[in-house]
Amino acid sequence: MAEPMGFYTDTTVCIGCKACEVACKEWNQLPATNGGKNTLSGDSYDNTRRLDGIHWRHVKFIEQFTDDRKDGRWLLMSDVCKHCVHAACLEVCPTGAIIRTEFDTVVIQSDACNGCRDCIAACPFGVIEINPVSGTAQKCTLCYDRMQGGLEPACSKACPTQSIQFGTINELRGRAQKRVEQLHQTGEKRAYLYGADEKMLGGLNSFYLLVDKPEVYGLPPDPKMPTRNLISGTMFSLLGVLLVSLIGIFNFRNRGASEREEARP
Amino acid sequence: MNGVPSSTYFSGPPEWRWFVALYFFFGGLAGGSYFLASLIALFGRSEDRPLSRLGYYIAFPCVVLGVLLLILDLQRPLRFWHMLIESNTYQPMFKPWSPMSNGSWALLLFGIFAFVSFLGALADAKHIPWAVWRKVHPPSLLGRFIAAIGGIFGVYVSGYTGVLLAVTNRPIWSDTPLLGMLFVVMAASTSAALMILLAKKSRWTMPGLLDLQRMDACVISLELIVLIAVMMSLGPVLRAWLNVWGLLLLFGVIGLGILLPMALYWRSGKRGEHNMITTAALVLVGNFILRLVIVFSAQGV
Repeated sequence: MAEPMGFYTDTTVCIGCKACEVACKEWNQLPATNGGKNTLSGDSYDNTRRLDGIHWRHVKFIEQFTDDRKDGRWLLMSDVCKHCVHAACLEVCPTGAIIRTEFDTVVIQSDACNGCRDCIAACPFGVIEINPVSGTAQKCTLCYDRMQGGLEPACSKACPTQSIQFGTINELRGRAQKRVEQLHQTGEKRAYLYGADEKMLGGLNSFYLLVDKPEVYGLPPDPKMPTRNLISGTMFSLLGVLLVSLIGIFNFRNRGASEREEARP
Repeated sequence: MNGVPSSTYFSGPPEWRWFVALYFFFGGLAGGSYFLASLIALFGRSEDRPLSRLGYYIAFPCVVLGVLLLILDLQRPLRFWHMLIESNTYQPMFKPWSPMSNGSWALLLFGIFAFVSFLGALADAKHIPWAVWRKVHPPSLLGRFIAAIGGIFGVYVSGYTGVLLAVTNRPIWSDTPLLGMLFVVMAASTSAALMILLAKKSRWTMPGLLDLQRMDACVISLELIVLIAVMMSLGPVLRAWLNVWGLLLLFGVIGLGILLPMALYWRSGKRGEHNMITTAALVLVGNFILRLVIVFSAQGV
C-alpha cells in the first residue's frame, strides 16, 4: 500500500475564489445545478450551498460582523470529504460499493452503488448525496484517477493560496503543526487543527486548520461512528423480543394447557 | 454546542420517504404476523388454527409488498441484487455489522419461510389441493420447526429496521438505542390488531381471538412505556419534536393509537366484542402515524 495521502486545508489563507470548486467540477465532469440556471442563495457569496452529488468541493463564507458592521471578520473554508480512517459511509454500505484505496482514501464505485442512501445517513459530515445523472451516491474521490497517474488532485493544484495542500498525511501533519505554532506566535491564539490526529474517527485524511469552534464552520464537534449503536440497539431489540414473546406465550400457553387438561380422560 | 444539541445535526437526510415508511409498516406487519402465527401454532389450542393460518396469509403478501417498496426506493432499482451479491466479484455480499446488509439477507430468508408457510396454511385449510404442503404446517414436526425458525426471522425483520435507523448519524434515529426495541413492539401490536380486525370482519369467534386481544392490550401498554423511554433517552434532541411531528406523536400516536385503545379495552371489561374492530383499527392507525413521525421528522431536522 502506498503511503496515506490527503488534504490539509489552512482556512486562514483561503480567499474564497472558488477555483477549487471549478477545478473539481471540470476534472470530474460534474454537471451544473439546475442546468446552469442557478439562483442566488442570499447567504453571503455562497451559492453552492452544500456538498452533494454534483458539488464535491464547497467554499463556505462565514461572516462574523458586529451589528453596525464596524468590526468583524470573514471565515472562509473549502469543505470536502474528510476521507476518514474509520469511515462511517464505508462501514454501513451494504453493496461493497464504497472502498478504501491504496492511498488510504475512501472512494464510491459508481458502477456498484445502487442508490440505497445508507451512506448519506451515516456520514457525520453530510458530505454524500445522490448524483441525479448517475442515480448513485457520489462524493470527492480525492481525484483517485489523477493520483493513480501520479498527479495531485485538481482542487489543490488549482488553489492559488496554498490553502488546500496535498501530500502524505505525515508530512501534512508536520506542516500544519508548524503553521499553528506560527499563528500562535503572531497572536492568533485561536488556531487549532481539526481532525489531524487519531482521536477523531481514527484521523481525518482531509483535516483543517480552524480559528473558531467547529460548529461555526458547519463541522460536528464530536463526530461518531454509526455502529456505536449496533450492540446496544440489538440488545434492546432482543429485550423487546423477549418481552413480546413472554406476553404472547403467557396469553396463549394458559389456554393450550387448560385445553390439554380438559382433553385428558 | 452553538445551539445544536448533538453532533448528529451535521449529517444529511437520506431522503427515505413514503416507500421506506410504508416498507417499515408492511415489513413490520409481515414479520409480526408470522411471529404471532407461529406463537399461536406452537402454544395455542387447535380451535385457533384458523387464526394462526391468518397470520401466515398476512405475512407473505406483506413481505412481497415490502421488498417491492424497498426495491422501488433504490435510485437504481435494477441493481437491487447488489445487496446480496458483490457486483464486481459475484461473491456473496454480507457485512454482519451493517444492518442494511444483514437485513437484506434476513428479508430473503424470511421471504422463503413466509412463502412456504403461506402454502402450508393454504393446504391446511384445503384451499389448494396439494396435500403434501400440509406437512410444512404445524402441528407436524417439520411444520413446528419451520414455524419456529421462520418466527425468528420474522421477528428479526420486524426489528432490524429500528436498529438500521440507529446505526446512522441522523438526529433522533441515532440519538437513542431504543428504536429497534420500539419497532419490535410496534410490529407485534400492529400485527395482532390486523389479525383481530380481519378475524372479526370474517365473524370468527374462536377463543384465541380474545387471547390475541388481551395480548394486544398488554403489548400497546409496553409500547407506551418504550415510547416514553425513547423520548427520555433523546435528551436535548427531543426538541426536534417541538413541532407538528410532536403534535402528531402526542395526539395521533399516544392519544389515538395507544391510550384510546387501552381505555376501550379495559372499559369493555375484556368482554366488549363490539369494541374489538374499533380498538384494532385505532392501533393500526396510531402505529402507522408513529412510523411516519420517526421516518420523516428525523429528515426535516
